[in-house]
Amino acid sequence: MTDLGSAPIPAIGSDDHVAGEGEEGLIVYADLGCPHCAGAWGRLRERPGRLVLRHFPVASKHPRSRALHAAAEAAGRQDHFFAMVDSLYADRGRVDDPHLWERAERLGLDLDRFQADRRAETTEARIKRDFQSGIRAGVAGTPAVFDACTLQTVREREF
Amino acid sequence: MIEPGSAAPDFTLPDQDGKQVSLADFRGRSVVLVFYPADFSPVCGDQFSIYQEVKPQIDEAGAELVGISVDSAWAHRAFQEKLGFEFTLLADFEPKGEVARAYGSYIDRVGTANRTLVLIDEDGKVAWTYESPNPGEFPGANIIFDALS
Repeated sequence: MTDLGSAPIPAIGSDDHVAGEGEEGLIVYADLGCPHCAGAWGRLRERPGRLVLRHFPVASKHPRSRALHAAAEAAGRQDHFFAMVDSLYADRGRVDDPHLWERAERLGLDLDRFQADRRAETTEARIKRDFQSGIRAGVAGTPAVFDACTLQTVREREF
Repeated sequence: MIEPGSAAPDFTLPDQDGKQVSLADFRGRSVVLVFYPADFSPVCGDQFSIYQEVKPQIDEAGAELVGISVDSAWAHRAFQEKLGFEFTLLADFEPKGEVARAYGSYIDRVGTANRTLVLIDEDGKVAWTYESPNPGEFPGANIIFDALS
């Protein structure tokens, strides 16, 4: 049975999506369909240090979220994870499949590979793993932000 | 709040489809009663959205999650349809908040239930409770799984 009981968030791992450098930083559980996350994303991106984005799609609230997270993960397989995330948050009105193909093309991605990767079981599993780690840490809304060193919650007014 | 170990007060309330549902209907299964302030409030929508995402795991744990607020059955139906929830929502509408009061969840000065979780075991006993510090905060799904384990 899947264990979703309480547990701290995992420390930054080798397969996390990490932007920036430094010892300090933030780990963000974000929903790519969430307007509140989109509003906070610019501030988060400008902060010094590392920024980790973990997938936390809440599909019952934002029906396209899972597709958007799969697109970001697929772009990440071609080293464009954060470029895709930036693109999705910058223009939230164009999120259907043809729009995702356009975004992938603009980023110079191999479109066939992008298509295959965003539908891959490994992509779904990767997204689910992040989501479940957020559930176990009590994430109850997005963006949920944690200090990358202490793994403690960072309140919104602090970022 | 009602104390763990006590018998869970029985009730019969209409669900989102107007069907009468009693606590006794769930006997033999674990039930998590989710008392919440109001349909369509931002926090309540977030709470059930998160719970909906882990519904397969709640089912897997053999538990039934049931929402209760002072809203009418009609409001529950609209709330459920708008956000695509699959949980039963019960209308503690008339007499207003009677069931929430019986479980010690009602806040008189606000006129709604607080955000409260009550786990009732297969024998109809209160096994565990959780009450939010205030109605603006809701418990993450992790603590439900803690209680069910």
